[in-house]
Amino acid sequence: MKSDYETNENSETNEKRTGFRLFRNLTDHKVIGKQYFFLSLTAALLGVFMSLLIRLRQAWPHERWPLLEAIFPQGFRDGLMQPEFYLAMVTMHGTVMIFMVLTVAPQSAFGNYFLPIQIGAREMVFPALNMISFWMTLLSFVLLLSALFIEGGGPIGGWTFYPPLSAVASAGPGQGMGADLWLLSIAIFCLASFLGAVNFIVTTLRRRAPGMFLMRMPLTCWGWFITALISLLAFPVLFAAATLLLSDRHLQTAFFNPGGLSVSGTMVPGGGGSPLLWQHLFWFFGHPEVYLAILPGMGVVSNVLANFARKPVFGYRIMVFAMLAIAVFGFLLWGHHMFISGMDPRIAIAFSLLTLVIGVPSAVKTFNWLGTLWGGRIRLTTPMLFAIGFVSLFISGGVTGLVLGQTALDMVFHDTYFVTGHFHLIMGVAAVFGIFAATYYWFPKMFGRMMSERIGKLHFWLTFIGVYAIFIPFHIMGMAGHPRRYPDSLQYEFLRGLDPLQIVITIAAIVTAAAQLIFLFNLFMGLWRGERARDNPWEGTTLEWTTATPPGRDNFAGKSPIVCREPYQYSVPGAAKDFLMQTEP
Amino acid sequence: MRILAIVIWIIAVAVICLFLSPAWWLPTSVASHSNAIDKQLKITLVVIGIGFFIAQVALGVAIWRSRTGEERPVFSTGNWRIEMTWTLIVAAIFIALAVTGQRLWDRLRLNQPPSGAIQIEVTGQQFVWHFRYPGVDGRFGTIDPKLYDDTDNSIGARPGPLGIDPRDPAGEDDVVSSSLVVPAGRPVNLKLRSKDVIHDFFVPALRLKHDAVPGMIINLHFEALKEGRYEIACAELCGLLHHQMRAILDVKSQADYESWYEERLRNKRK
Amino acid sequence: MFSKRAAILFALISTIIFLVNCRRGDVIAPAAPLWKPAGNEGNITGVITFKGEAPAQRKIDKSQDSDCEKLGDSFVEDVVVINGKLQNVFVYVKSGLPNASFEIPAAEVVLDQKGCKYVPRVIGIQTGQTLKLTNSDPTDHNIHPTPKINSDWNQAQLAGQGPINRKFSRPEVMIPIKCNRHPWMIAWAGVVAHPFFAVSASDGTFSIKGLPPGEYELEAVHEKFGVKNLKIKVNERTDAQADFNFDATGK
Repeated sequence: MKSDYETNENSETNEKRTGFRLFRNLTDHKVIGKQYFFLSLTAALLGVFMSLLIRLRQAWPHERWPLLEAIFPQGFRDGLMQPEFYLAMVTMHGTVMIFMVLTVAPQSAFGNYFLPIQIGAREMVFPALNMISFWMTLLSFVLLLSALFIEGGGPIGGWTFYPPLSAVASAGPGQGMGADLWLLSIAIFCLASFLGAVNFIVTTLRRRAPGMFLMRMPLTCWGWFITALISLLAFPVLFAAATLLLSDRHLQTAFFNPGGLSVSGTMVPGGGGSPLLWQHLFWFFGHPEVYLAILPGMGVVSNVLANFARKPVFGYRIMVFAMLAIAVFGFLLWGHHMFISGMDPRIAIAFSLLTLVIGVPSAVKTFNWLGTLWGGRIRLTTPMLFAIGFVSLFISGGVTGLVLGQTALDMVFHDTYFVTGHFHLIMGVAAVFGIFAATYYWFPKMFGRMMSERIGKLHFWLTFIGVYAIFIPFHIMGMAGHPRRYPDSLQYEFLRGLDPLQIVITIAAIVTAAAQLIFLFNLFMGLWRGERARDNPWEGTTLEWTTATPPGRDNFAGKSPIVCREPYQYSVPGAAKDFLMQTEP
Repeated sequence: MRILAIVIWIIAVAVICLFLSPAWWLPTSVASHSNAIDKQLKITLVVIGIGFFIAQVALGVAIWRSRTGEERPVFSTGNWRIEMTWTLIVAAIFIALAVTGQRLWDRLRLNQPPSGAIQIEVTGQQFVWHFRYPGVDGRFGTIDPKLYDDTDNSIGARPGPLGIDPRDPAGEDDVVSSSLVVPAGRPVNLKLRSKDVIHDFFVPALRLKHDAVPGMIINLHFEALKEGRYEIACAELCGLLHHQMRAILDVKSQADYESWYEERLRNKRK
Repeated sequence: MFSKRAAILFALISTIIFLVNCRRGDVIAPAAPLWKPAGNEGNITGVITFKGEAPAQRKIDKSQDSDCEKLGDSFVEDVVVINGKLQNVFVYVKSGLPNASFEIPAAEVVLDQKGCKYVPRVIGIQTGQTLKLTNSDPTDHNIHPTPKINSDWNQAQLAGQGPINRKFSRPEVMIPIKCNRHPWMIAWAGVVAHPFFAVSASDGTFSIKGLPPGEYELEAVHEKFGVKNLKIKVNERTDAQADFNFDATGK
């Protein structure tokens, strides 16, 4: 990372005092973007490790693991993985991946780095606030992980954390201090994300360069902007829910405690609340959250497909409206997580209709991506491979939403592996492919060097085939009725037939996880030994490719760009080159 | 380049084949509504299977047909007619699926159970299920959470694990069982309850699933058509041994059910 | 500016770490002098009787775990009366001991899970003494004591797993120990700060050895029939007799 500042002689940074220079660097949206990137990379590695532990117990529940016992003596007594350890892994895997990877990387990492540049701004409107957001997110991550090391163990309520299981400390191991740390961590994360969203929204609305009309913004910017709008409205609700739950746990309130509870023969005091209230609050946040995780990736994919098919995005305006529709409708369907929760079944009908309606803009976006590719002259670089992979995985994951969105069918599939397969294909893979595409695409601009194409392609192939091998079988397990969050299914006759499938999935998971080491190797090799990058290695049209590589402190070397064109002016008939940058008159 | 298209096509075909193979299909189903649910599921899977296949094939074709060398790509920023067409087609299909699904939901959850339905209370706790029948008087005795006594779950125990108030005469003839015994061919109405955290009553063979929420009594009705023993699982994370919260649904013939019930009524402790 | 921000950050993180580690953990009482036997200790022995008819046997329904069912029938054992003698009464010295702390015995108190039952049903244990929980069953158990004063804990012990060792740090009479997988299972732990306790055997007898001479108050606790107290004087090198009688009314 040292190379950034060395090659970056800014005439403005003449300050002698190290502190002020450090402050200026730490408020630089590009530095903050990179900080978020490495935070989410660390989180992703931990999350993948946890997922392998989960798979181990699913495939070989009675196996003893002396090596793991040496690392986690409480979790693996006599080498056998304890159910409390498994459930803590499930909880933490979900939390780490959804918050620290899928919310941070696409939005906070790449968004912070590239939103200002792509709209022609020098800096975010509130750089200090932006910096505080990052450090709060880091604090939240540290707190979250510390929950695993607490006496009593990590929380076991799943990332959904439903009370009363999560409201009563004696309802499970880890539901004491571990749960408190989780809630505290999430509350801080909510605040940080909210502040970040403010920055994104104000910057997009106020700092666009001359000529950068809203409808000339690249779809990446639309993705970040709309995602920030979602964040603004959704995170406060989770914050409220976490506060209420902490209050129930420590201040003797009973927002979620209906009264008359007896845990292990001991009456729990209090009453008058409803466990369903948590579910409403959580999912009012939780559903928009998943759109938060995918929208930036959708923007990146649009950019990358256009760039490497050498064609404009098919139906730019429709793409923008589709993203807006997804965001708006996304707030109206939280009840599809609660069809059989005890909520009034009549409301379920409304939620179900809206859920299937939101399939329409998503399908339209998919068709538009196909339209972008159709008749293009495709350069199959690594970012392009991942963008195409995104489209394929989004199709696969999206269609099963039509099954789960139907109320009566949800009765069959709720809380089974069918759901797990569905959301992993969309979030755990498609969104992650969006992150990979963004990484390979923007690495040259961010770090001034190229990653290896050959190794990148190997990474793609192993991962693409690997994730299909892991997650398609999840749907089969769901159809067989395998419930979620089961440390093992040995008690049930009706699930015995799935044992071989569990092993197949686990082996695929181990191979795919190992393939990510190839990505890590490529990343770090690129950072230290990568070939120096030109300013516009991919011949892209958007504003980031006009800057220095990496961009200077104020992005555009003191001169605000003048935007004359739409983004995605590739292969314009009659033009000399096959692309015209946005700044070209 | 074309390898990518081929791989995508192979994956599409493999996925379709996997879903068509009966090896790991849905478990047997014996409820009166099962066929309707399975049919709706099959229709939905066929629809999404076709959509999935077409989309993946189209993706592969788009890649296969990529221009090469000096050929210029088509400069197209969109096409309103195509957009309208596919939006309307997709919207029509999705709304059709949504609407047909609701009729089924209506039957399952929005209708009252028939008046002759057998009432059975299902109570979940960490990590067992209890099933209570109202006895000869047809009334359930009142429950007092302060009286829960898990240590005595013998036949006829009051208060017992369900905390049946010994002072309430309606509870004298309540039958508490650790398996759900029902007669085939008669409607049953379950009243789902929980003592501690949220559980979920799931019977794969009945295509029946619903949360049991503390503080609520939730009605769920079904009619089992075929005799046999079927497994019941908990499908909402409820704690450490959530995965061992198993019970049995025992569907008996009408005669066997009645003799079982009579015997349980007789064997009560006075 | 850098150092001020760093200092605030450092303070914030330190506070978090401090709070994280601050938990309702083991309270170490101010150390009283360690009591040493003088060689002139006496004993208390006694018999616990039950007046009235022993309740009828009630068979426990274990059918929800077929592994448990296979191990044979179990019966509710809240009241075990054999020939008029009451088993499973926890007897301990409530007051009268010198103001001293008592050496924690090295021996463990073993609580076994066998036949999907806790064996023995009632145990006495000293604060700081090791409770060794073993699983002799082919099924998983979930040990969950619900103390009011001591720290709550909740742990799974899988079939074939080795022993779990735990300690209680504060006196509490009696702590219910339950299994959440097999809710009919119950054990009771009487935790006291000294080694002078006993549990009545199947013939109703109990004995507490090695008491320094003095006046004591004994308490006998039965899970169903409540508490009975008795004042007793122990002389040098003699056995004092302390009998208790419970009856169905609990008076």
